[in-house]
Amino acid sequence: MSMTETVEPHCVRALAAKDFKSGAHPIWCPGCGDFGVLAALERALARHGRLPHEVVLVSGIGCSSRLPAYTSCYGFHGVHGRALALASGLKLTRPDLDVIAVGGDGDGYSIGGNHFIHACRRNVDMLYVVMDNRVYGMTKGQPSPTTEPDWDSEIAPGGIGLRPFNPLSIAIAAGANFVARGFSSDTDDLAAMIVEGLRWPGFAFIEVLSPCITFRPEQLEWKGRARPRAHTTEGDRAAAIGAILADDGFSMGVLFRGERAAIPAPQLPTGTLAEIEQQFAIGA
Amino acid sequence: MPRASLSVVFAGSGGSGAMTAGMLFLRAAARAGYYGMMTQLFGPQVRGGEAAALVQVAARPTDSPPDRYDLFVALDWEKLDQFAPEIPLDQASAVIADPASGTMSPGIAKANARLVPLAMADPATSGHHGKAEHVRRTNVFAAAAICALAGVAADHVRAALADILGTKLPEVMRANAASLEAGLEAARALELDVALAPPAKSARWLISGNEAVALGALRGGVRFVGCYPITPATDLVEWLAPQLLKLGGRLVLAEDELASINMVVGASFGGTPSMTVTSGPGLSLMVETLGLAVAAEIPLVVVDVMRAGPSTGIPSKTEQSDVNIAVHGGHGDAPRVVLAPTSVADCLPTAEWAVYLAESLQTPVIVLSDQAMGQAQAAIDLPLERPQPLKRRLNGAPSGALFKRYAIGDDPVTPMPPPGTAGYQWVGEGLTHNEAGIPVSGASAHAAQIRKRARKLDQLKSGSWWGETFGEGDIAIVTFGSGVGAAREAARRLAAGGRPARMIALRQIAPVPLAELRRALAGAKQVFVLEQNHGAQLFHHLLGQRAIAVDAHSIARPGPLPFRPAEIVAHVA
Repeated sequence: MSMTETVEPHCVRALAAKDFKSGAHPIWCPGCGDFGVLAALERALARHGRLPHEVVLVSGIGCSSRLPAYTSCYGFHGVHGRALALASGLKLTRPDLDVIAVGGDGDGYSIGGNHFIHACRRNVDMLYVVMDNRVYGMTKGQPSPTTEPDWDSEIAPGGIGLRPFNPLSIAIAAGANFVARGFSSDTDDLAAMIVEGLRWPGFAFIEVLSPCITFRPEQLEWKGRARPRAHTTEGDRAAAIGAILADDGFSMGVLFRGERAAIPAPQLPTGTLAEIEQQFAIGA
Repeated sequence: MPRASLSVVFAGSGGSGAMTAGMLFLRAAARAGYYGMMTQLFGPQVRGGEAAALVQVAARPTDSPPDRYDLFVALDWEKLDQFAPEIPLDQASAVIADPASGTMSPGIAKANARLVPLAMADPATSGHHGKAEHVRRTNVFAAAAICALAGVAADHVRAALADILGTKLPEVMRANAASLEAGLEAARALELDVALAPPAKSARWLISGNEAVALGALRGGVRFVGCYPITPATDLVEWLAPQLLKLGGRLVLAEDELASINMVVGASFGGTPSMTVTSGPGLSLMVETLGLAVAAEIPLVVVDVMRAGPSTGIPSKTEQSDVNIAVHGGHGDAPRVVLAPTSVADCLPTAEWAVYLAESLQTPVIVLSDQAMGQAQAAIDLPLERPQPLKRRLNGAPSGALFKRYAIGDDPVTPMPPPGTAGYQWVGEGLTHNEAGIPVSGASAHAAQIRKRARKLDQLKSGSWWGETFGEGDIAIVTFGSGVGAAREAARRLAAGGRPARMIALRQIAPVPLAELRRALAGAKQVFVLEQNHGAQLFHHLLGQRAIAVDAHSIARPGPLPFRPAEIVAHVA
């Protein structure tokens, strides 16, 4: 049996990564890191064991947000920046489904930044995977919230000059329950991280360094810099944030696991519409 | 001689309990079997500012604001002058005030109404209790006196007070009960003949427009609401939140309106009928996702309790100026259904119908309510009439091959199996897509999907629900929302004055019910489109759809003052 065909006890047959492929060919450029993320996701879903129709992938706009259509799962490719809100509405009403939001750094940290913070706070039991390439790729190369301040581009010659957004420390401060960093070409490690994030209660967030070699060819060097992290911080948010801020951003692995209870599923009905309507009745 | 209706204003500074006084009068009258309506006026403060409750009670159903008020009850005179332009009084009106609370404010005094002194402070309790205790007593005292003058039996007033106080502390209950009895007694000494004709004895509902929209949505099956607080829609969702829990549903307070409507798209995609509730500024933020729901064919209901705009406008006051954004808001070809309740009572079936249309046509439906209607309390007949339930089409697609969620065929409404259904996986898609939902950019698929979505709206069969008509005659007044009651009364008066007139209330604003409206307008020589906005938004919408002739007239002015029948009659005459 290969790594990708683990039999889970509740599954009628072993699922394989290929069971999660839609057959549609990605629009991504050759060498895009998102291919690796897609492969890791398919592998993780096979290992996780839910059938394709029990999983929903929700995304916004951007290169990486095209991912849902490349899987055999249900999906939603919505408007720019709102994937987490849409995914939250779905999961809150359909706790039986596994809901995964995916997207890029512009979608998630810029136009969707407010939703990112509040999704961490709300702690809905779902997984958010961000493919971070530190650039707006679909619009051909503008600096994103995670871009280095001195990265030269047409729209910001000489660099944008802004401090990069630190999604991991912000997620932990805002209340995310599981925070990890992966690398798109470490498929096995990333797949394991995705499985753990899917199964961890509450809001799980995985930031994946996913190079854009078209607009950021220097990101080819990431392969040499990515390294496993020594240990995971359990429960202590301040310590986890401190470690992340002290790091160079290339330590991979689960960085924080929390114990916050996820927002509960809706209760069973306790009343009827007829009873509710009675409060308006008056007189004879 | 007993009168058919009585209109009363209770006004006072923050904490004087003007709203409670108005509710006590309306509730007692409703218990007695009267119809009625109460609207609210607030000063600019967020909380604790001066307020006025505008109440009318009648033996017959009433939903037109009166031209003038019979009684103005001043619980005190602090800062009440700002309301003067919004509360028409005349020489036949009576101003009831405690001489101890000072002289009449100049704006109110201009009307030359008769001053009827009424000592509202209880000499036995004044001086012993704090101010709060004193003023609470004043409002109940005053409302009880008005009930007695109107001829509402004491038992109904006592029962109404018990309804309102609920489970307050025993000493509060006792103090208010004593004020009530004193007010009933004090009315005997007043020389005011405002007794109402006896009502038809029957059960009533007392409900606000916002509550009625919320209940209608529950009747329609809504079990998820994503929302963000905004005046004047907040009380709707505050009422709704615990009711949804009772029914196994959920309301989520989102971080903003962008999140609200996207949560609703997600919940609806999952198979749950879903709704968001907002006002103008929130709707402005939601339009991008309205387009997504059109393109991805996701049912959802957006309630817009309109307030004066643009921008922040007047948050607490009414206007009908969101017709344009409701009908046209957003980029691209994004047709949607827009409905407007014709009265507080009609908020209930219109909201229920909105859910059915959204679900059956798989498209957004906007319900245009407004502050005047949403925050009005009305005593109405039992709401028995309900629209025919319609469901979402979930099944019936061929299985096996690639599932075509957006298939082009005879029926533009195509099955949308919810996630969890094996063998029908599809991706909700905001990009131009082919029949399978795969993004494409070719001209033919683009045109085919735009046509599919337009054809869905052509399928809207509204039957008798498109609108309401009243009267017949050469003059036709076409209107919607909170303009309907006044327009109906204006048509009634025009006819009584020898100028037969009809009133046409549009419940369906978009798509325009062309055939039905043409039938309703048949033979009319003069058509007026009445609306509360400067730009004549409904007028231009109807003109653009060729639903009215080019010689139709527009009566359009901004809010927040309500249309009163006399103003409409003057325009038409």
